[in-house]
Amino acid sequence: MSLLELHDVSMIYGSVKALQGIDLTVEKGEWLALMGPSGSGKTTLMNIIGCMDKASTGSIVLDGVDFTNVTAGNLTMLRRDKIGLVFQQFHLIPYLTAVENLMVAQYYHSMPDEQEALVALERVGLKERARHLPSQLSGGEQQRVCIARALINYPMLILADEPTGNLDETNAKIVLEFFQQLHREGHTIIMVTHDPKVAELAERCIVLEHGRIANRKDRRIVCREEEVS
Amino acid sequence: MTKYSMYTKMIWNALLRRRSRMLIALLAVAIGATVVSGLVTIYYDVPRQMGREFRSYGANLLLTPAGDQQVMTQNLVANATTLLPSDKLIGIAPYLYDRIKLNEQPFLVAGTHFQAVKKVSPYWQIRGEWPVDQSEDIVIGAEVAERLEIEPGQQVTLAVAGNETEKKVKVAGILRTGGSEENFIFLDLSLLQQMLKKEGVISIAQVSITANEAELNTLTQQIGEQVPGVAPRLVKQVTQSEQTVLGKLQALVYLVTIVVLLLTLICVATTMMAVVTERRKEIGLKKALGAENRSIIFEFLGEGLALGALGGLLGTVLGFFFAQAVSVNVFGRMISFQPLIALLALVVSIAVTGLACLIPVKIATEVEPAIVLRGE
Repeated sequence: MSLLELHDVSMIYGSVKALQGIDLTVEKGEWLALMGPSGSGKTTLMNIIGCMDKASTGSIVLDGVDFTNVTAGNLTMLRRDKIGLVFQQFHLIPYLTAVENLMVAQYYHSMPDEQEALVALERVGLKERARHLPSQLSGGEQQRVCIARALINYPMLILADEPTGNLDETNAKIVLEFFQQLHREGHTIIMVTHDPKVAELAERCIVLEHGRIANRKDRRIVCREEEVS
Repeated sequence: MTKYSMYTKMIWNALLRRRSRMLIALLAVAIGATVVSGLVTIYYDVPRQMGREFRSYGANLLLTPAGDQQVMTQNLVANATTLLPSDKLIGIAPYLYDRIKLNEQPFLVAGTHFQAVKKVSPYWQIRGEWPVDQSEDIVIGAEVAERLEIEPGQQVTLAVAGNETEKKVKVAGILRTGGSEENFIFLDLSLLQQMLKKEGVISIAQVSITANEAELNTLTQQIGEQVPGVAPRLVKQVTQSEQTVLGKLQALVYLVTIVVLLLTLICVATTMMAVVTERRKEIGLKKALGAENRSIIFEFLGEGLALGALGGLLGTVLGFFFAQAVSVNVFGRMISFQPLIALLALVVSIAVTGLACLIPVKIATEVEPAIVLRGE
């Protein structure tokens, strides 16, 4: 059974069709890159997959749970239990230290555990920066804290929205190495990116255009694996 | 770490590490609590303070002979006095009225205790000196002094009509009150009683006591029932004006307190609205991490209530000093710390802050988690 199955998913805001007839399957342990120009519907799709928005039509099944028609409260529960989020702008809480930022995710999920949070920070090489506020960390360090936070509750699916978009080359490399490591460990990753070099690290790449998954021959953006083939 | 300690840590860090914004809200609450605590203290202290001030305008209770009697015994007055609360009693001045000749001319005379008059009628202005009780020195009214061209220190002769006894006495002072007292001659009560051969009797006793109209009515009723022979009467003009002024002062303080509370409410609500607006992304993030609306409500209410408690505590302390400064500068007296008012100010601060947070908290729950990905 696939981890994620989207069937004929559409999202309509008034007269604007942000997504139309999306069919997508993501297997467990797969790394999928999601590309597309601005306004193509990437964020809308990520919000739907991340249980932050409900699709207008179509069905979505995550880990065998159909959440097409679930309530807002159940969506929150699904998001908390099954999804790990990594943001382009890190979104750390500015008045909490690195370790406390991880503990906030634990707090909403189950029970805060400082030791476990410190281990998670050690994993991203930031144990000694655990007591620092976000403002005292570099962009790369903040993104690593963000990744550690996304992993702290052992999610089934990691959604990363342009995780290297705000980083310099060196920090972007460090962050991407983490994603490669996570992929090797069997994590399922869906990553939005504009950068074909980043997309090439993924196993599979899809391109969104005008709210649809574009056919190879029609689309302007070309995934690296397609160039090779 | 428990969920509760993490919750507390989040609340305190949000307050302490975002000092500039929270300081404004804290100041708003503290200033509100200062004014409220100060004004409520004054509100309850004004009757006591003003009651004493009003006592400088003279007696508010008269003890007169019952029925058609012209005089009553001092023993009866002493019995009535035992019914008056000693802690509120300012003074009792007995008076025996009659006529007397001064340097061969007839005048109205009053025998009294000068030390008691000083307390009951502090508005008396004496040019010269107050006579000592039990002495033979006298005070004459300004009208009498002008007519006879008498100055303080002069010797005069007193005589009672139909009685050949004459007494040479010294005029210790000339009295000015702007009232009928200026037509009187005042001497020591025992001396006059002796001269008139009316030992142990008086015409009236003027009582000055710090009590409101209702308390005075109760006392009047008690004396009337328990001491036959004495007819107590309120000096309505004094007691009613006292009540009117006190009532208006208290109404003013009450009104100002309400206005300050409303202003505090608006100020805190505005600040919390600004806090929610600038923290929309943080709220969205928390929701994206799995926070339910209930958690968001508890967090913002927790911040608001902590702010109310801190500001209330600070304001309660400052409010006491504010009330103390007002009392010392306006009434010239210190006030005592009132734990109940302090508790009330603290509870009101927390309640007002909680109330002010309701709309901002409602707005916070409406923030969608999707904004963190949209980058709004």
